[in-house]
Amino acid sequence: MNRPIFRLYVVVLLLFAGLVAFTSRWSVLEADELRANSENRRPLIEEQQIARGSISTRDGVLIAESVGRGRGPQRVYVRRYPQGSLFGNPVGYSFVDRGRIGIELSENDLLSGERNEFASLLDQVLNRKRAGDDITLTLDANAQRVATEALERALASTPGAEGGGAVVAIEPDTGAIRAMASVPGFNPEEARDEQRFEQLLEQGTASPLFNRATQATYEPGSTMKVVTAVAALDSGEFDTSTVLNADSPKEISGAPLANSGGQSFGDIDMRTALTFSVNTYWAQVGEQLGAETYIEYMKRFGFYSDPPLDYPDNQMAPSGIYSEGRLIEDPGRIDIGRVAIGQERLLVTPLQMAMVAATVANGGELMRPTFLEEARDPDGRVVEKLDPERVRRVMSAQTAQAVTEMMTDVAREGTASGLSTRAGQLAGKTGTAEIDVEARVNRPWFIGFAPADDPKIAVAAMLERCTGCSGGAVAGPIATQVMDALAGG
Amino acid sequence: MSARTRELFALIPVALLVTAGFAQVFLVAGDEIGDLSLTYGGYFLAVCVAAHVLLRIRLPHADPYLFPLCALLAAFGLVVLYRINETLAVGQATVFLLGLGAFAATIIFLRDYEVLQRYRYLIAVGSLALLLAPRLPVIGSQVNGAYLAVDLGPISFQPAELAKIGVVVFLASYLNDKRELLSVAARRFLGLTIPPLRHFGPLLLVWGAAMLLLVFIRDLGSSLMFFGAFLALLYVATNRFSYVLVGLVLFAAGAWAVSGAVEHVRDRFEIWLDPFAPNAPAGAGQITAALFTEAEGGLFGQGLGQALLKLPGPFFPSTCEAGFPYCGSILPEPHTDFIYAVIVAELGLFGACGLIACYALIAARGFKAAMMAPDGFSKLLASGLTAVFALQVFVIIGGVVKLIPLTGVTLPFVSYGGSSIVANMILLALLMLVSERGRRAAEQGVGA
Repeated sequence: MNRPIFRLYVVVLLLFAGLVAFTSRWSVLEADELRANSENRRPLIEEQQIARGSISTRDGVLIAESVGRGRGPQRVYVRRYPQGSLFGNPVGYSFVDRGRIGIELSENDLLSGERNEFASLLDQVLNRKRAGDDITLTLDANAQRVATEALERALASTPGAEGGGAVVAIEPDTGAIRAMASVPGFNPEEARDEQRFEQLLEQGTASPLFNRATQATYEPGSTMKVVTAVAALDSGEFDTSTVLNADSPKEISGAPLANSGGQSFGDIDMRTALTFSVNTYWAQVGEQLGAETYIEYMKRFGFYSDPPLDYPDNQMAPSGIYSEGRLIEDPGRIDIGRVAIGQERLLVTPLQMAMVAATVANGGELMRPTFLEEARDPDGRVVEKLDPERVRRVMSAQTAQAVTEMMTDVAREGTASGLSTRAGQLAGKTGTAEIDVEARVNRPWFIGFAPADDPKIAVAAMLERCTGCSGGAVAGPIATQVMDALAGG
Repeated sequence: MSARTRELFALIPVALLVTAGFAQVFLVAGDEIGDLSLTYGGYFLAVCVAAHVLLRIRLPHADPYLFPLCALLAAFGLVVLYRINETLAVGQATVFLLGLGAFAATIIFLRDYEVLQRYRYLIAVGSLALLLAPRLPVIGSQVNGAYLAVDLGPISFQPAELAKIGVVVFLASYLNDKRELLSVAARRFLGLTIPPLRHFGPLLLVWGAAMLLLVFIRDLGSSLMFFGAFLALLYVATNRFSYVLVGLVLFAAGAWAVSGAVEHVRDRFEIWLDPFAPNAPAGAGQITAALFTEAEGGLFGQGLGQALLKLPGPFFPSTCEAGFPYCGSILPEPHTDFIYAVIVAELGLFGACGLIACYALIAARGFKAAMMAPDGFSKLLASGLTAVFALQVFVIIGGVVKLIPLTGVTLPFVSYGGSSIVANMILLALLMLVSERGRRAAEQGVGA
């Protein structure tokens, strides 16, 4: 009877081999699919058990923290946002039922302590509990407050002011974003509650969850003339003393184009044309440069792609010339003369215009914009630090110098002559995009930096709509208040 | 080195494992459990050494590895239960004492186990009665649609655990008498030796019993376990593979037919085929929860006490009077039916393989005892007990890893539960009794 007993044992071993095979199937081979299964509540619960890192500003103000409840393996963490709506954009929120947006999403790996395979194995061996890194943002809480309040005041006091507005302030030599305000804002604490979250989504045109600084695109108006000036000078086809006839109206692409107020300037040079924001001069510059050269310079500034910022893709939009919701660059379909003065179908984000100002301020080099100043692991070791990264040289240093001088003239004697900042000599450019000519609905812009000889801060400010208003009068003061807060000493 | 000295040495790794396991769980969940339970580890070992002394006196030649292997499993089970809930481990340690009592009693009173042959029909009837007891009014109890437990006031036990031993004793005795007759060759067909058709009578009878079992207690796993043990014994007794083949075909056909008629069995089948289907029958959540738990394991597991089991804070149900793990667990029944999923999550694929290897080693020693046994009944008894034990492991783990439909039997020596521990200790004692006889004969044979 021993032979069948032995065969019986072989059968038992085969059955056990089946058990091992199926155990490996679930525990290793198909484990990822099972973890991703929507019926699996484990990842959701585990996520709450991680002490997520805190978020603070460079000046030490706490924006987000995780508060633990319960003890031992029963401990769960809930996110708190003590600053309320001040940092709703760009920081966003992180809640189990709601998911994440903003910096909470883009820096999730650091905040949740996501490590590579080896490090997590090491943590396991050393029996360390997973915990997130605390991160410090480049944002300045005071400047953020000044920017938000200035926008809110402008919306409240400007005649016909509607919608919202945005401000972006960038440190030109590092790319550090020091302030990013989008009004109306939202309080992340409200996103925790389902009903209040629904209300946030339903606020129609107000769209408080929408980050107007990165996600919304607007007609830039005359601020675009800075890009035109850079392209004109850097391509070598123009210099600051190039004289053109700037009578109004002028035929551009077969249709008459007028200066602001229909004023004729006669023969003027480029310096004068920027100081008084002369449309007919800059439209001719655009036409002479041609669409190909012009778009090439736009791309150097970062147009036509998402900004190289560590931020969720679906919360950023590229700037450029749009047709039916898509970016176009076919010269035959573009009225480049009007693009050069910020009209046509050109749409830009406030972040992109701040990058334009910062690039001129930084001697022609575009720095990668960033929010992350520093990340420290739970033991206090610095795991990541702001390392300014050059994206590309957009223009020569001479071009940057010449454009800076012209922008200084704008602030001294031109359309921005009413503006000044404690940060030092202002250099800037106003913009007043006409949304509805008959109703006199405009979109005021200002981009600029200070001090002009050694720029510390570059700012773009925009208000969505107001009646009969101008960039210099409405957007300019917002920008200079932020400059005061950041570089005013 | 004598067999018993080897046994004593083999208990050392058991001691190390139980100590390390308890220490690890205590370190991880120190603020949730008391240190009192740590003493249960030492207590457990003392009891094992006492059993070893008994074996030294009564069965000096018996297999040296069977007892340490089972002690290892029991120690492992204690550690995992301690990790789930401290009071479970305390209860299990007490039951383990009871089990050792049954073990000792079997060794002392059944040394001449042939006596069982005399009562084989009584044993057969008793076993069947035990199996059907859960369907009786008042004492019977239904869990998840299957009738597997008997409630006697405060005590609840699974009669199938004891019945499996009785059934094997009966079959071993019966087949030992009839094997000459049953192995008569009639003709050969496709390389198979086919016995005369009328000899398929007993097979049909037992098949009928298994189907009846399936209809009455509605648990596919139990009937598979019993019928499988029968086929194994029939094969060992007759060396006729044709019986096994016909038996398997009959079982598959019967199970299919019953699943068409009994809703609970059909549901189990449907859940097994696709537990993630949106219209899967109620109860599919059990197996998906087990698979999700196993997915946490990976190669090395999360470590004892580290995987998510008890629902934390806001997720814990507000009305949970029975307490964890009876409610508030992300995995239902983590201490009984699904303890294997907990092991995979915390000790990983490697830990689970170690556990399965342990069962494979026990099976190897059991079959070895059968091979060395001097007479037909002993051989059949040992191989039958080993086969039913191995099949039980296959049926419960196979259910938890969705290799076969899920069933309600326990994981021998590891799951929480009195009847399982006691029955398996008796099974172990019988195996050692058979082994003692065979090895003593072998040693004396060598000596002479």
